[in-house]
Amino acid sequence: MDEKKSIPFKGTPEQEEQLLKVIAEGKDVKGALMAIMQKAQDIYGYLPIEVQTIIAREMGIPLQEVYGVATFYAQFSLYPKGEYKISVCLGTACYVKGAGDIFDKLQEKLGIAGGECTPDGKFSLEACRCIGACGLAPVLTVNEDVYGRLTKDDVEGILAKYL
Amino acid sequence: MYRSHVLVCGGTGCTSSGSQAIINALETEIKKNGLETEVQVVKTGCFGLCALGPIMIVYPEGTFYSMVKEEDIAEIVSEHLLKGRIVSRLVYDETVADTGIKSLNDTAFYKKQMRVALRNCGVINPECIDEYIGCDGYEALGKVLTTMTPDQVIDTILDSGLRGRGGGGFPTGLKWKLAKGNDADQKYVCCNADEGDPGAFMDRSILEGDPHVVLEAMTIAGYAIGATQGYIYIRAEYPIAVDRLNVAIKQAREYGLLGKNIFGTDFSFDIELRLGAGAFVCGEETALMTSIEGHRGEPRPRPPFPAVKGLFGKPTILNNVETYANIPRIILLGADWFKSIGTEKSKGTKVFALGGKIKNTGLVEIPMGTTLREVVEEIGGGIPNGKKFKAAQTGGPSGGCIPAHLIDTPIDYDNLIAIGSMMGSGGLIVMDEDTCMVDIAKFFLEFTVDESCGKCTPCRIGTKRLLEMLDNITKGKATLEDIDKMEELCYYIKDNSLCGLGQTAPNPVLSTLKFFRDEYVAHVVDKKCPAGVCKDLLSYSIIKDKCFGCGMCAKACPAGAITKTDYVAPGKKLPAYEIDTAKCVKCGACVGTCKFKAIVKE
Repeated sequence: MDEKKSIPFKGTPEQEEQLLKVIAEGKDVKGALMAIMQKAQDIYGYLPIEVQTIIAREMGIPLQEVYGVATFYAQFSLYPKGEYKISVCLGTACYVKGAGDIFDKLQEKLGIAGGECTPDGKFSLEACRCIGACGLAPVLTVNEDVYGRLTKDDVEGILAKYL
Repeated sequence: MYRSHVLVCGGTGCTSSGSQAIINALETEIKKNGLETEVQVVKTGCFGLCALGPIMIVYPEGTFYSMVKEEDIAEIVSEHLLKGRIVSRLVYDETVADTGIKSLNDTAFYKKQMRVALRNCGVINPECIDEYIGCDGYEALGKVLTTMTPDQVIDTILDSGLRGRGGGGFPTGLKWKLAKGNDADQKYVCCNADEGDPGAFMDRSILEGDPHVVLEAMTIAGYAIGATQGYIYIRAEYPIAVDRLNVAIKQAREYGLLGKNIFGTDFSFDIELRLGAGAFVCGEETALMTSIEGHRGEPRPRPPFPAVKGLFGKPTILNNVETYANIPRIILLGADWFKSIGTEKSKGTKVFALGGKIKNTGLVEIPMGTTLREVVEEIGGGIPNGKKFKAAQTGGPSGGCIPAHLIDTPIDYDNLIAIGSMMGSGGLIVMDEDTCMVDIAKFFLEFTVDESCGKCTPCRIGTKRLLEMLDNITKGKATLEDIDKMEELCYYIKDNSLCGLGQTAPNPVLSTLKFFRDEYVAHVVDKKCPAGVCKDLLSYSIIKDKCFGCGMCAKACPAGAITKTDYVAPGKKLPAYEIDTAKCVKCGACVGTCKFKAIVKE
């Protein structure tokens, strides 16, 4: 595993109960592993090794298979995300319109690299590939809020809204 | 009966620019004015002109309001919907003519388009099956199940000349025929909605604007090849499309159009959704099937082809969303109708997601054979800010660039391949003189390196080495010999990779080398980036004789790299400033502050 800033696992019994229910409902469907992992990530917000272990045990498959899937797909995260997930689109349309500069500016302002979370757990930053709002390029999202037609000077104003 | 309908775009583009708030405001205002029995608000799919979002159209007049804001709604409702007076300051300026309001179909953006796959997008409410049925929906399925044999269906599709719209361009009918020919206890029909090409969003728009067309076409395909189960593999990044598909599947089941004994025949077919989790390689057919099975989405060697041994080891067909969107029309209007559109070897239309440095960003559907010039200059409205067209990129990370001197190329599968690009799924990104072609090649390689699944060596290691070479070029550390080595490596990766991802990964490099070799040479020999993009090769300086000594640039500099000198230029009162290139971080912040254009980048 590469070194990234992280915090200890804090799963609750309620979350585990929910997870066990999801697994019990889904495990006999053909090819269910990914769908179960997606739901597990909805429950916990990410997929720490503790959660992967539960999935492997309950589904009767080796942990390495779960881990293999978790690390293959970009959507699965082994690390917790911030309270505000900032995602900068680096799809082609946004890139040619300067999204790279916006991403750099965010890294500088937040003091974290892409894929990391600020130590207070407030912001996490990632690059994504095309959310399909190319008409608004360049675009970034903070949780569900979409900000488009940006310049790098807009970055501070956007961050200020969430402080 | 309503006397007026207000269509508001609920696609991802317009939702991102706030169309849901517009709909809420409309409903409130309509109620306030007591018009709720006279005016109906309909949330539709994408109209295509995303650059002007949020978009709304008022029928029966067909008034096209663009970039609507929440605070404009009260005025539109009280003036237009209540009193019948169009709020002309909010109308899309292209539709305003001396004689009044022009039809949307006469505007430059829509005039040369032909909507087959996007026919219902922006017209119907995608969450209402009755509206789809009202537009001939499920009629093709009825025709197929009650009057045609599976072979007749396949022959019609074969005869129409339809080719896969996902990129490869394989004849769809042939794919179906091969799968039908293989006997098995179970077969599958899959839909590739894992639109991973960055900058392409046509499949998403179809799913958001007209989800039933995909369900209907997949059911027809199931009947043709003898399958009873379908899977739609869709990106989890498309939440609106996922929701609408779920709604559509539920409605189709309730109407008996999916499930057991469809149309009262003994044919049964059902469809399940599978969500992708962000892996570009899963757009490759064997990787996609491995992913549906719940594994790491790594490709498998072919043969065996999916038509023989696909999903769960059974004969399977996989088509792209846009391919399916053409099927019901072909069945209803006939192969001859479809064949009459397009060029000799590429029939029908193609949807493109037009993006980048272009005025009318959005979704366009054109007959095959339309020239790139028509798309860029007429439909796209040209390049903004008076810049020059440099190239268009098609086919995303697997495609290539079409340079300005080939702008009159008619777009079809074979022409694009002949000039070293490819149709791809339909992303069309326009670039102007400020785009560095080496940097673009590097951008795509970064993407491929990220997305390479790691199974085969040529792709895993080859693309990484290729990226390093490109990186050296953009930093001015390469030699001419390195360019030749890089070209050699490109062909090696192409010839030896396991799947389409690796086989096409070098295309962005090869095509930019072919058409823009001089730019590579400028980076290597002159250590300059002609477009002024590659930061390591840039330097900023102040022309001292132009400097008035106002000091604005020094205030803007985040690195403290700009200081006052002793030199006072002739005719100026204050000493000039200069940039310490060792401290300069090349952010460009100073350039904008200088009123006298004394700071140059080269």
